[in-house]
Amino acid sequence: MISLLKGMWQVFLHTFRRRVTIQYPEHVDYLPPRWRGRIILSRDPDGEERCVACYLCAAACPVDCISLQATEDAHGRRYPASFRINFSRCIFCGYCEEACPTDAIQLTPDFEMCEYDRQNLVYEKEDLLISGPGKYHDYNFYRVAGISIGGKDKGEAERESPPIDPLGLLP
Amino acid sequence: MALIYVENKAYKVEDGQNLLAACLSLGFDIPYFCWHPAMHSVGACRQCAVKQFKDKHDARGKIVMSCMTAAVDGVRISIKDPEAHAFRAAVIEWLMLNHPHDCPVCDEGGECHLQDMTVMTGHTRRRYRSNKRTFRNQDLGPFVSHEMNRCIQCYRCVRFYRDYAGGRDLESFSLRNQVYFGRHESGILESEFSGNLVEICPTGVFTDKSLKQHYARKWDLMTAPSVCVHCGLGCNTIPGERYGTLRRIRNRYNGEVNGYFLCDRGRYGYLFVNSPDRLRQPLQRRSRNAAPEPVSVEAALAKVEKIFSGGGGVVGIGSPRAPLEANYALRRLSGPDRFIAGQSDVDLALSRVARQILSEGPARSCSISEAADADAVFVLGEDLSNFAPRLSLALMQSVRRQPLEGLEGIPLWQDAAVRIALQDQRGPLYLAMPAPTRLDAVATVAYQDSPSGIARLGFAVANRLDRNAPGPETLGRDADSLAAEIAAALVGAKRPLVISGAGLGSEAVMQAAANVARALAGRGQAPGLCLTLPEANSLGAALIGGGGLSRAVKAVETGEAATIVILENDLYRRAEPLLVERLLAAPRVIVLDHLLNPAVERADMALPAATFAESDGTLVSSEGRAQRFFKVMPPGEGVRESWRWIEAMALAAGALESPWGTIDNLIRDMAADIPALAPVGEAAPGEGFRLHGQKIARQPRGYSGRTAMNASVNVREPRPPGDPDSPLAFSMEGFQGRPPAPLIQRYWSPGWNSVQALNKFQDEVGGPLKGGDPGKRLINPAASGGSYSVQFPEPFVRPEGEWLIVPLYHIFGSEELSAFSPPVMELAPAAYVALAPDDAAGLGARAGSLVEVALPGGTLRLPVRLIDSLPEGTAGLPVYLPGLEGIVSPGEFARIRVMKQGQQGLT
Repeated sequence: MISLLKGMWQVFLHTFRRRVTIQYPEHVDYLPPRWRGRIILSRDPDGEERCVACYLCAAACPVDCISLQATEDAHGRRYPASFRINFSRCIFCGYCEEACPTDAIQLTPDFEMCEYDRQNLVYEKEDLLISGPGKYHDYNFYRVAGISIGGKDKGEAERESPPIDPLGLLP
Repeated sequence: MALIYVENKAYKVEDGQNLLAACLSLGFDIPYFCWHPAMHSVGACRQCAVKQFKDKHDARGKIVMSCMTAAVDGVRISIKDPEAHAFRAAVIEWLMLNHPHDCPVCDEGGECHLQDMTVMTGHTRRRYRSNKRTFRNQDLGPFVSHEMNRCIQCYRCVRFYRDYAGGRDLESFSLRNQVYFGRHESGILESEFSGNLVEICPTGVFTDKSLKQHYARKWDLMTAPSVCVHCGLGCNTIPGERYGTLRRIRNRYNGEVNGYFLCDRGRYGYLFVNSPDRLRQPLQRRSRNAAPEPVSVEAALAKVEKIFSGGGGVVGIGSPRAPLEANYALRRLSGPDRFIAGQSDVDLALSRVARQILSEGPARSCSISEAADADAVFVLGEDLSNFAPRLSLALMQSVRRQPLEGLEGIPLWQDAAVRIALQDQRGPLYLAMPAPTRLDAVATVAYQDSPSGIARLGFAVANRLDRNAPGPETLGRDADSLAAEIAAALVGAKRPLVISGAGLGSEAVMQAAANVARALAGRGQAPGLCLTLPEANSLGAALIGGGGLSRAVKAVETGEAATIVILENDLYRRAEPLLVERLLAAPRVIVLDHLLNPAVERADMALPAATFAESDGTLVSSEGRAQRFFKVMPPGEGVRESWRWIEAMALAAGALESPWGTIDNLIRDMAADIPALAPVGEAAPGEGFRLHGQKIARQPRGYSGRTAMNASVNVREPRPPGDPDSPLAFSMEGFQGRPPAPLIQRYWSPGWNSVQALNKFQDEVGGPLKGGDPGKRLINPAASGGSYSVQFPEPFVRPEGEWLIVPLYHIFGSEELSAFSPPVMELAPAAYVALAPDDAAGLGARAGSLVEVALPGGTLRLPVRLIDSLPEGTAGLPVYLPGLEGIVSPGEFARIRVMKQGQQGLT
């Protein structure tokens, strides 16, 4: 009997505490940018796809839910021809983002992606690719990489000298 | 044996090695770049430094390059020594100064020796902040991509291309930190071994251009042990699959066959598997004149059941490019009497002769590695660079054997010193061919004559070796002295080798080679004999037996058989069109094949057969070695292995009581039925083989995308397909360690992601694989030995106004399956007729002028190509090039006339 009253007293005291629960979805709480939610593919500051289809995200994925196929444009710029994430398998661990050498794949503070049908959780490249740089504003892999692409010739990357002439006779 | 001390512990190693090779064999990890087990040491990269101590009491020691230091008795070294470790870390930091920041877009990434060695040495942070030097790339043709910025100047590429493979158009340019490896200008690499640069290059300078079209990382490739199907040599390969298509071919080391290298046809011919011309669904024709319609596998099987349960004789036409198992299944269906070997009459006769010569002995058929070890070689009528390319690479090594033996005071692994000491000295290599070949550059004498002239030369050489051997008394002045010279060279050799084959289509030439080998054996020498045959299972087909195509025509036309089953064979390549038409006039024609060829289009029923990448089987190389290949991927829906289709037919026809079910049961039946094939089952472990209770995983540990690759079709993952035929699993679950040699599906070892992990699979680097090299020799010479062939041909006399047809092979274009591979066909020449300049002038033709070539099989209009030193009265015709299939038959005569200007040239 006494313990019951003690319990009711505690409940009564809690009516004067600050409320923890918020009225979702009317009110949406703040999620930090590093929240590991829905995965996106970002673009570099020039508006081009950042993903170079290196397959590292797929290799890092512990549930193997990323599959892609690399291809190249006429000037040697590599990009994914297809990119698929099966979110019904994804555990939002963020290893893919950690593995990504070009900051292309990023996890975002969005978790509202429930579906009635599991099949709808399979996201293709057009569902993943956004039009901005995401969390990382400045990085452009092709500006530092030593390969040439359309609009950037050999020797035009950061910290590169102009190409040498191997047939030249000067020492 | 020498006793060396590593970290103060004693190890026994073989004499005559360098420390690097010895330590790698012992299982130590020493980083290296420029050293290669097939090309030895030059000490260019300075990466393999270790510390050497004078004796037990020496605490200071000195840093030496392990690849340049002999592993002699008492050598005392430390690999872990802090100073040596720091030195190696510094070296790799220098090598990496200019390395571009592009691993994510580099095709080598994930299997890069430079990545492995960087991790091994512990260089993890870049300190260099200045500008990197850059290079421009070159377009090196359809096989190899060039990305020069990645180069670390180890010189492996030019050492392989120039010194090992005899190429001349890849060179190092410029100096100091600007050394450039490439051609003098962009252009197609000339060597037929250029694809090996992909595996030789320790980083991503040279990468596989065909892989780039459908790029996948090594860790994503499903792989299985396989055998090349593009010539008769049976090189071992590792094909890789991703998302249901074949992505690339890598070399699979077999110390007795291909060693470390493949030819470009073997490496790039695989694209036929992905060809849009693949037959992927059964086709059925309602009536003779109706168009073929695709039907389901079930419908096709029901139709097969109906056809074969109705009785009536069956003619089975086998194939020299199908494995033993499919051929045997067909032989069971048709009965041995109505089983046809499926080769042209010339090829059939030659493969029978080759089988007879090799099994009679006394000369032993010679493997590719034995050929590379031969110290005097005589080649009769074989253009090896085009017909059996990997063997020509072996001969480029064999010419070094005699000069190497004369070398004193220089260890053989000191590659640069050895090459400087040898200069241009070459051992005896005699070539006899109607036309010049690419091997002529390293030959002692390249002799040009007609096929009968070549055979007469061979008989004459045998006669000079042994007076009892029949041979012409005289050949004409030059050739007589040449015959004596060749005989003397062969007698003076420790390991003489005679090579001939089916390339010229002349039995006399092959018999001449056999006589030379017999004469040598009669003198107490142990000669090797290579008889190269055109297709992957030519010798296997000869072991199974079977009649000629005329037998099939007879069976069809007498009504003995109503159904004709053609196994993986484009008959239009085997016989003249008229004969094929008579065959295809049979009441029911069933064709099993991979690709839509003319025979498939004529069939009443075409059944899609699995290629080498989707089926299991055994191929017998021209050495007589039975080698198993395994499915790399499951056959697609609608496609089945040939032997499974035939099994259904045989069951319906009553030729088989109970189904085989697995290939092991089929092999058991075949071994019991055909004594010559009894040991075939020993070529590889059977399906029941397990390691630690597990099957061997085809997919690597890092295989990615398992739960996403099919998710667009169905989000629920399918169960991995089972494999009832082999101890390998289509899964990443299973044994991931080092399997027995015939089952090696990839080279990987912790810390070694590149092909260099192979070191861990050998007892001794460069030696046989652990547990012995795979393959089972089926043909061993009888002790008694055969007797001399006595019929040597008369000298060639040209009938007035006619030309003798001499077949010319092309590495790119002459082989059937690789002709469906776009990069290979990019390098295939257009059809032509080759004439000697004098002959052409007599006709009034010049290079490029159109002539009409009238052959028994049909008339062709072809442009003239002039070939110097082509024997007078012979016309060279490239075999099997598009437009020439089935028409060119060696030994026939043609009439040639120049066409007037304005007439259309058409092949």
